[in-house]
Amino acid sequence: MLLGRTANGLYWMNRYIERAENMARLVDAGLRMALTRTQSASEEWSSVLLSAGSDVAFTQKYSEYTAANVADFLLRDVSNPSSTMASIETARNNARMVRTALTRETWESINEAWMSLKRMLAKPIDERDLPSVLDAIKRETALIRGSFYGTMLRNEIFDFSQLGTYVERADNTARILDVKYYVLLPSISWVGSTLDNYQWESILRSVSAHRSYRWVYEADYKPTNIADYLILNVRMPRSLTFCYRFLSEHLKFLGDDYGERQACHATAEKTQAMLRAGSIKDIFDTGLHEFLANFILDNTKLGDEIAQDYKFN
Amino acid sequence: MRLAAFDEMLPEVSGLRQPYSAYDRWLKEQDPARLTEKMQDAERVFRKTGITFAVYGEQEASERLIPFDIVPRIISGNEWRRLTQGIEQRVQALNAFLDDIYHRQEILRAGRVPRELIAKNEAFLPEMIGVRPPAGVYTHIIGVDIVRISENEFYVLEDNARTPSGVSYMLENRETMMQLFPELFQQIKVRPVENYPQLLRQSLAAVRPQSTKGAPTIAVLTPGSFNSAYFEHAFLADQMGVQLVEGQDLRVVDGHVAMRTTEGYKRIDVLYRRVDDSFLDPLTFRPDSALGVPGIMDVYRAGNITIANAPGTGIADDKAIYSYMPEIVEFYTGRKAILGNIPTWRCSEPDSLKYVLEHIHELVIKEVHGSGGYGMLVGPAATKKECEEFAKKLAAKPSNYIAQPTLALSTCPILTEKGLAPRHVDLRPYVLVSDRIQIVPGGLTRVALKEGSLVVNSSQGGGTKDTWVLDD
Repeated sequence: MLLGRTANGLYWMNRYIERAENMARLVDAGLRMALTRTQSASEEWSSVLLSAGSDVAFTQKYSEYTAANVADFLLRDVSNPSSTMASIETARNNARMVRTALTRETWESINEAWMSLKRMLAKPIDERDLPSVLDAIKRETALIRGSFYGTMLRNEIFDFSQLGTYVERADNTARILDVKYYVLLPSISWVGSTLDNYQWESILRSVSAHRSYRWVYEADYKPTNIADYLILNVRMPRSLTFCYRFLSEHLKFLGDDYGERQACHATAEKTQAMLRAGSIKDIFDTGLHEFLANFILDNTKLGDEIAQDYKFN
Repeated sequence: MRLAAFDEMLPEVSGLRQPYSAYDRWLKEQDPARLTEKMQDAERVFRKTGITFAVYGEQEASERLIPFDIVPRIISGNEWRRLTQGIEQRVQALNAFLDDIYHRQEILRAGRVPRELIAKNEAFLPEMIGVRPPAGVYTHIIGVDIVRISENEFYVLEDNARTPSGVSYMLENRETMMQLFPELFQQIKVRPVENYPQLLRQSLAAVRPQSTKGAPTIAVLTPGSFNSAYFEHAFLADQMGVQLVEGQDLRVVDGHVAMRTTEGYKRIDVLYRRVDDSFLDPLTFRPDSALGVPGIMDVYRAGNITIANAPGTGIADDKAIYSYMPEIVEFYTGRKAILGNIPTWRCSEPDSLKYVLEHIHELVIKEVHGSGGYGMLVGPAATKKECEEFAKKLAAKPSNYIAQPTLALSTCPILTEKGLAPRHVDLRPYVLVSDRIQIVPGGLTRVALKEGSLVVNSSQGGGTKDTWVLDD
C-alpha cells in the first residue's frame, strides 16, 4: 500500500535527479564544443540553453553567452527551477517527504549529494574548476542511482520512481534532438550525407553517447544515424525507445499488482508500438520536428495520466 | 553563579561512582586524540543520516544538528528499578486523572484540585467530556522529564503527556555509540533500547478500536516535512513499518478515517498523531488548520479510530496542574508519590506571587503553557534588567506563571577540548501505555553544553547523550 502523495514524491524525486544530471551533461557538451571551436562558442552556449528549455529565462538575466554565465545559470542558480542545484534541492525535499519509502542508503546518498553540491555550488564556479564540478555532479547522481538500484525492493515504490526517471529522460532526449538538429543542420537536403562537423558530436555528448555511437555505427557522424540512435535504438539507455520499453514494463507491473489497467497504460503502449514499428526513414518522411513535437506532447500527457490514474495529482 | 552540583560520575566527596567504574577504566586507556576524532565521526553520521531539527525563527540555520556528546550517562540497574516504580505510578495516575476529568470529575468534587483550574484551562477540551477512548487509554506515549540533585533525590520536572518528542534521538544516539565504540558494549552490559519501535507498534495495536477487523492499520500523522520534529516522525513510521501521513492524505470516508493511496482510500484504525490538538480537526477546533482531518473527532467519538495520544491530554501535563501532581497521584493510587515534584509556587496565589516577586533572582519562572524553554526566566543567570522586565510581565498576568527554586541539577561529564568537564543534565524516559505500562530502559539525556547553564532544551543550545541502564 502506497500513499498517493508518496507516489508523487517518488516520481518527482527521480525526475529531478535525472534533470540535475542532464543539466550537467548539457553544460559538459557545451564546454567541450566551446573549447574545440572557439569562434562559435556563444552559438554553442545558446543552443545548450535552448536544449535546456532555459534560453528565455537566461536572456532576461544575462546579456552574454559565456561559459561562466551559462554554467552559473544551469548549474547553481536556484532561481532557475531546472538548474542542477535547484533540482537536487527539490529532489531532496521530495526524498525527505517520502523517506519512509526509501532505503537508508538511498536517502543518505541523496542527502549527501545535496550537502556536497550545496557546498560546491555555493560560490560562482571558477572556469578552471568547471570540468571537476561537472564530474562531481555526475558522480553524485551516479552514487544515488547506484544505491537506489542496489538496495531498493522491486515493488510499486520502485515502479513509480522509474516512471519519473524515464518520463524525464525521454523528454530530455527528445528536446535535445529537436533543438540541436535544426541548429546544426545547414539544410534539410544534407540529412543523408556524411558531415565532417564536430558539432554533431555535441548532440551525442549531451546524452553521453559519443563513444557508444561508434560501437554501433561507423565512425562518421551521420544525421540519420544519430537520429536513429537516439530515437529507435533499443539498447541505448537514453533513447526514446529504451525509455518507453521501461515505462511500459513498470506500468505493466503496476497494472498487474493492482489488477487494473488505466488510461496511462494505453498511452504508453501506443507510443511504444509507434516506436517499435517506425523506421528512421518514415520519421524523416513525415518530418523529424513534427515527430518529436508530437512525442513530447504524448510524453507529457503520459506523465499527467500516471498522476491521475494513481491518485497523486 | 555556580551551584554546587552532584556529579553522577565523579562526585567531589565520594570519588568515582560505581555505575561508571567500568566505563572509567575503558576511558583511561583511550588516546584523547582518538576520542576527538570519534566525536567528529559522530557529527558526520548525524549529518549524513539527516538527523536534524528545525529551529523556529531562524531562517539561515533551518536545519541544525543537536550536538551529541560521546560520554554516556550511566544509570545502575537499582536506580532504574526505583525510577520505573515512580514513573509507573505517575503514569497510572495521569490516565486515571484524565478519565476522571472528562467524566465524573471526582477529584474536583473532593476539592483536591481547584475547579477553575480546569474550567478556564485551554488544554481542557470540552469536546472530550463523556468520550471514552478505545481501551480506556488517554496518554499512550509519555515522556517524563526527571532531574536528579543528589545520590538519592530524583524529581519530576515535567510530565509530557501530549506528543513528547526526542525518542528518535534516544535510538540514534545508541546506534551511533555502538558504531563508534563497539568494544564498549562488549565490556559493559547495557540494556537494549532498540526494540522501542516494535513495542510502540504493539502498544498502538493493542488499543485499536473494537470495530477493527483483522490486523489494525496504523499510521503516523505529521504536520509535514517542515516541522521541527519531522525527522522523528519519519523515523518512527519507518521503524514501525507503518505509513507516514499528512492531513492532506486523510479524509473521513463512510464513518472511518481513510488515507488516499495509489489504489484509492484505505481505512486507518490507529493514528499516532504528532499534530497538536488544536490542529487535529478544523471542524471542531481551529477552522484554518490544514494539518488535520475534517470530521476526525466525529469518527473518534463514534469509537472508530484510536488517536494517540487522545485529544485533551494536555490538561494532565499543564504546568498549572503540575503543582497538584502529588495530590493527584495520591488521590488515584492511594499511595504517596514515589517520585516527588519540584516545590512549585503558583503565581496565581497572592502569597506565592509576593514571594516569587521578592525572590525573582533565585527562581526559575516558567509560563504555564509554554514549552521548549521559550518564555522562561532563570533568575540566577539573568541580568537585573531582565529580572525587572520579567517581573512586570509576571505582575500583569500572574496566573500565567509558576516558579520553582533553581535546583542544582546533577552534572555528568562531557568531552571538551580540554578533557572531561561537568555539565548539567536531565533525563526523559519514554513510557508506553496500552493494557500494560512499558518503559524502555534508557531515555533521552539532555545536557546543557554551556558551562554552568541549566537550560538543556535543544532549541536553547542543549545537546544529548546516550543513556545507559546497566544490566547489573
